Amino acid sequence: MRKIILLAIFTITICTMIYSCQSESEIELASYVSNGKDIYIKYCQNCHGEKGEGLGQLAPPLTDSVFLKENKSQLACFIKNGVNKPMVINGKTYQEKMPSFPQLENIDIAQVIVYVTNSFGNKQGIYQHQLVESDLRNCK
Amino acid sequence: MIKFKNTISFAVLLALTIGFAACNNNKKLPIYGQREAVITKDKDGNQVVDTVYQTIPNFSFLNQDSTIITQDVFKGKVYVADFFFTSCTTICPTMHRNLKTVYEDFKSNPDVMFLSHTIDFKYDKPAVLKKYSQKLGIDNSKWLFVYGSKEDVYRLAEKNYLVAVEEDSTARDGYIHQGWLVLIDKDKKMRGAYDGTKTEQVEQLKKDISTLLAEEKD
Ligand code: HEC
Repeated sequence: MRKIILLAIFTITICTMIYSCQSESEIELASYVSNGKDIYIKYCQNCHGEKGEGLGQLAPPLTDSVFLKENKSQLACFIKNGVNKPMVINGKTYQEKMPSFPQLENIDIAQVIVYVTNSFGNKQGIYQHQLVESDLRNCK
Repeated sequence: MIKFKNTISFAVLLALTIGFAACNNNKKLPIYGQREAVITKDKDGNQVVDTVYQTIPNFSFLNQDSTIITQDVFKGKVYVADFFFTSCTTICPTMHRNLKTVYEDFKSNPDVMFLSHTIDFKYDKPAVLKKYSQKLGIDNSKWLFVYGSKEDVYRLAEKNYLVAVEEDSTARDGYIHQGWLVLIDKDKKMRGAYDGTKTEQVEQLKKDISTLLAEEKD
């Protein structure tokens, strides 16, 4: 009986430890997502839509997880510098000019990327703001 | 006794509410713009005072298929007019996303049309408008995108549709303008203006188009 109780206490302690670690990074993710959402509404939603659905052929949807994963390191470049090249999203080709957002700081860019890549059916977790700087140095 | 009074006031309130709701069903939309009183004679030769409302004057523009569009196209129709330009990266995508939901709702009604004027007289030639309308997903001639001279379009915007438009080299995209969706009736009178960037106002526009269509049926 004692053994069982001890085992139970031990298991609960371990679980709590794991849980609290997890929730710390979850809190960070949640804060990126919530700030990112505000930036998205202000700068991006007009073209990409409330649900990331895009706008006809004028702006592509943000629901193609594979595209977003494969181009993750270019997303900061698209946002900071704008982009105008053919892109295949959900199997359809889009080409239209996306404007640049030079006024956005690295932290804003990281937050909006985290929001986009964790909404609209995407679930890619955190993208630290320190990464933005190196990604911007390697724009194609 | 107090209880009884309450019941009465409740009944009165209920009756009033129903009364107002009933009124709303056959309400008329207001008429906007300047008006003037003119004195005319009726059929018996008596002098009567008539109110003359501001109307949209005739115009001539090129649409996305390079066809000349005049007011004849809107004869007997209710239409929604707005001002935009294809390279606008701020309010226009939102306005047209919202206006497209209105277009979808009234797509099969031959009495409703849409008229978007570009204010970018330098770049938005008919071929550019064609590409834009196709990419927006508009595939019929119910929603016209028109190109005209700066003078004609800007005058019509400011004097007749009461929408401010301006060329401004300091603005992000080179122009500034308001996002009103203006509702025009069969007599070319202005019956409403709705902020095309606000979904509640666009919902109101949908209701008002139906009200206007019903009003014009009687
Ligand atoms: C004026 C409209 C417009 C605005 C505003 C805009 N975009 Fe875009 N966006 C586009 C267009 C058009 C493309 C496709 C570009 C191309 O074809 O080269 C695009 C492409 C993208 C892509 C890659 C393609 C995809 O669908 O996954 C991402 C990610 C993206 N935008 C995110 C954003 C974010 C984040 C913002 C806000 C900071 C933003 N966009 C603001 C129009 C816009």
